Amino acid sequence: MARAPIGPLDYTRRTWMRLTLLATFVFLYAPIATLIAFSFNDSRRNIVWRGFTLKYYEQALDNEDLIEAFVNSLTIAFASTLIATVLGTLVAVLLWRFRFPGKVGYEGAMALPIVIPEICMGVAMMAFFARIGWPSDMVWPFSLSAITIAHVSFSFPFVAVVVRARLEGFNRELAEAAQDLGATEWQVFRDVLIPFMGPGLVAGALLAFTLSLDDFVITFFTSGPNTVTFPVKVYSMVRFSVTPEVNAASTVLIVLTVALTVTALWLQHRTRIKTAETAG
Amino acid sequence: MDPWWRHPLVFWVLGLPPTAWLLGFFLIPLGIVWLFSFAELRGVIGMEVTGTLANYARALDPLYLEIFGKSFLFAGMTTVVSLVAGFPVAMAIVFASPRWRPVLLLLVILPFWTNLLIRTYALIAVLRIRGFVNFSLEWLWERGDWGLALIGLPGVLGDRFEPLELLYNNTAVVIGLVYVHLPFMVLPLYAALERLDRSLIEAALDLGASQWTAFRTVIVPLAFPGIVSGAILVFIPALGSFLTPDLLGGTDSQMIANVIERQFKGANDWPFGAALSFLLMYLTFGALALRAVLSRGRSAMDAG
Amino acid sequence: MSTEDPIIEIRGLTKRYGSLAAVDAVDLDIRRGEFFALLGPSGCGKTTLLRMIAGLEMPTGGTIRLEGNDVSAVPVNKRPVNMVFQSYAVFPHMSVLDNVGYGLRIAGVTREETRHRAEEALALVKLAGYGARRPDQLSGGQRQRVALARALVKQPKVLLLDEPLSALDAKLREQMRLELVNLQDSVGITFVIVTHDQSEALSMADRIAVMDAGQVRQVAPPAELYEFPANRFVADFIGSVNLIEGQVESCDAGIVTLSCPDLPAPVVIRQQVTYATGTTAWLALRPEKIDITHEPDGDGTSNLAHGVVEEITYLGETSVYHVRVAPDVPLIKVSSANLDRVTRRRFTWGDNVHLSWTSECGVVLDR
Repeated sequence: MARAPIGPLDYTRRTWMRLTLLATFVFLYAPIATLIAFSFNDSRRNIVWRGFTLKYYEQALDNEDLIEAFVNSLTIAFASTLIATVLGTLVAVLLWRFRFPGKVGYEGAMALPIVIPEICMGVAMMAFFARIGWPSDMVWPFSLSAITIAHVSFSFPFVAVVVRARLEGFNRELAEAAQDLGATEWQVFRDVLIPFMGPGLVAGALLAFTLSLDDFVITFFTSGPNTVTFPVKVYSMVRFSVTPEVNAASTVLIVLTVALTVTALWLQHRTRIKTAETAG
Repeated sequence: MDPWWRHPLVFWVLGLPPTAWLLGFFLIPLGIVWLFSFAELRGVIGMEVTGTLANYARALDPLYLEIFGKSFLFAGMTTVVSLVAGFPVAMAIVFASPRWRPVLLLLVILPFWTNLLIRTYALIAVLRIRGFVNFSLEWLWERGDWGLALIGLPGVLGDRFEPLELLYNNTAVVIGLVYVHLPFMVLPLYAALERLDRSLIEAALDLGASQWTAFRTVIVPLAFPGIVSGAILVFIPALGSFLTPDLLGGTDSQMIANVIERQFKGANDWPFGAALSFLLMYLTFGALALRAVLSRGRSAMDAG
Repeated sequence: MSTEDPIIEIRGLTKRYGSLAAVDAVDLDIRRGEFFALLGPSGCGKTTLLRMIAGLEMPTGGTIRLEGNDVSAVPVNKRPVNMVFQSYAVFPHMSVLDNVGYGLRIAGVTREETRHRAEEALALVKLAGYGARRPDQLSGGQRQRVALARALVKQPKVLLLDEPLSALDAKLREQMRLELVNLQDSVGITFVIVTHDQSEALSMADRIAVMDAGQVRQVAPPAELYEFPANRFVADFIGSVNLIEGQVESCDAGIVTLSCPDLPAPVVIRQQVTYATGTTAWLALRPEKIDITHEPDGDGTSNLAHGVVEEITYLGETSVYHVRVAPDVPLIKVSSANLDRVTRRRFTWGDNVHLSWTSECGVVLDR
């Protein structure tokens, strides 16, 4: 059958539109794709394809500094995610549940960590820990505490946004019904609100985890010589040269974050469908 | 929604921990930097808060004014390029078939979730002298040279291939900033265009407007809130970016954030760095206020 | 007013979405100056057909001629036809006057003349003095008038209206029907309206095309459509009808005789058709054309039935009696004016009744 003729609003079917779209996606993906491809290329200097190899992954695994930085990053991400999820959820429930004087200002203050430039937050954290004399010679993992605190500070407002968006869909009559049946505030929170917030909590936690794992600028200002995270390590390596080991290590991080993101999106999508099914 | 005094215990249990954290580990640090911005250096590492405005005055020094100007220029160019490239992309996604729309949207969002540092690094790998772009150009050059020699025009393209200097200059910084911030532009534009009633575009065309006229007189004015949102979402982080100019820029592509970093990590002039970082923050708030004014102005106009 | 001179000639027009034909090989002539309606159930392809005339959808096959010129490939913005959209599509960011003047302004008409003609058009739709308002200060009905003025100011050869009254409340709809007819009368432009509401089409249009499943089933003036439907679909879609199946016994000299197994006597109808003997056919009989009596009526040899009243639907000025004439067949609907008060109605549940009709009252359909 012949292709259907292009109507006046079929913008996506116009050739120049498709070319723009294609060019944009090439621009967005070609660098990442080449990076991943050449982490498997059996050639150190040349970008010509010389055959498949995993040796740069082995070299990256043998690089103790890199592994240590990776372990640090994961440790910080887990700890900060835990705290940020709790704090973010408390804020979300507070703002959803109560009216109080100065609420608009309070919400504005909570949004500050999201809107101010990273560099400003980075130097603030650096100045703060230097000023109060936060001990820098603690044993691992407590040596990571400064970075973890900084990560919690910028990630918990994001968790609050995600969880609050979820709470907007909550039918308040459910809580009232539970109270009517004799449940206390705490029981309502535990038995009704927490299960409802579940998908929002997971999405918020995954967001906090990715943000922590990805952060470079703020960590850069709070990390010391013994507390190097993965992005900070990669940064110091990148400053010198482009090497296949960095390609391999980066590929691992890309795969990790993309997997986490897709999981979060999928979870949200699934709950949306479920909610729609129960509602309809 | 209850007033807080109806359940004061619940209110305080919910509110105290996050508020304490925000105060202790965010607002106080910011306050310290704010105080530092009014301090004077004493000796090598000491300083004293004297309430001086010298640090702010120093920012008006032509050297730093130029850096502020350059940061504005880079952020502005990034915004314009992202808008010009992002608008057709957003249009293409909105008018794609329902089956393709979520796929295209995911493709735009996904790079945004990969590490900023790694994306910038990938760009270096592609743009450097021995990188992919130059490699491809060299391949084309060799084929072209060979082809021209065949038709009796040897050496027209020069004696040998000269790789392009694509890195460590201002263009590389703008390319890098666009690369990183494009999704911030596409998403609000998508949201605005998605809401737009298609029969309005059809009506304009039906009344004789060319596609370009319909775009200018109907699509752009109605997508204006999305354009403002996208522009602000690109402009603010671009203005404060540190990593992109640091890794992709040359010696003359420094932005405000790089100067701030140098004050804190190299020059040890914390008061001046603090003043610069607060100036950067005020500019950010100014941009946010501008957005609020622009979108309110629009809705006020719509309401008559 | 209508002449035989067609302004739009549609031949073999087809629009496919994948394997589905939304409009399937439609032939249609629309005459200069008439008020033409495309009527059909939702999803029948009438809006797609209208949008193809406007140029908003491109046909998969076939041609559209406007005043003899093939416009099938002409883009929407170069066609001398204009449209009133179902949602009105009034530009929310422009004043009423700017909305109405939009088509003139972008065509390069001077500011002065644009203003003058836009104000004239607003006066035509009874919105004089509303030019400075913004669309969100208008009611739905007023917004529709703006959309009308905006299209009419371009002096199109044909004005297309897509379900123009569907978003209005019932009372306003009645009033707008009359106004649209008067407007069309005064401007003399050909109107093509899409509607799913048969009373709207019957009361406004000079001619109606009834569509179903992408095809035109009949094109005729309202009265002809009602009295002489061309097939069972049209008979059933327009108004209420009894369809009684039978076999053609004879057909000559303008008289069709039908034998129906459910009726005790043959059906004889005056109709200029030629059906072969033995063809399966249906008698289409409107409820109000049937006489209902307690005693046998008429000549007693043809066009009659008898049965029991099973249901009565009271509609105010009329009542509809549902009469069972045979087991396991649809009840025959008979509508009868309530000349007396209901307390003294002539028939009640369970009554044995006789039905009869004249040879001028029904049509015999073979499709």
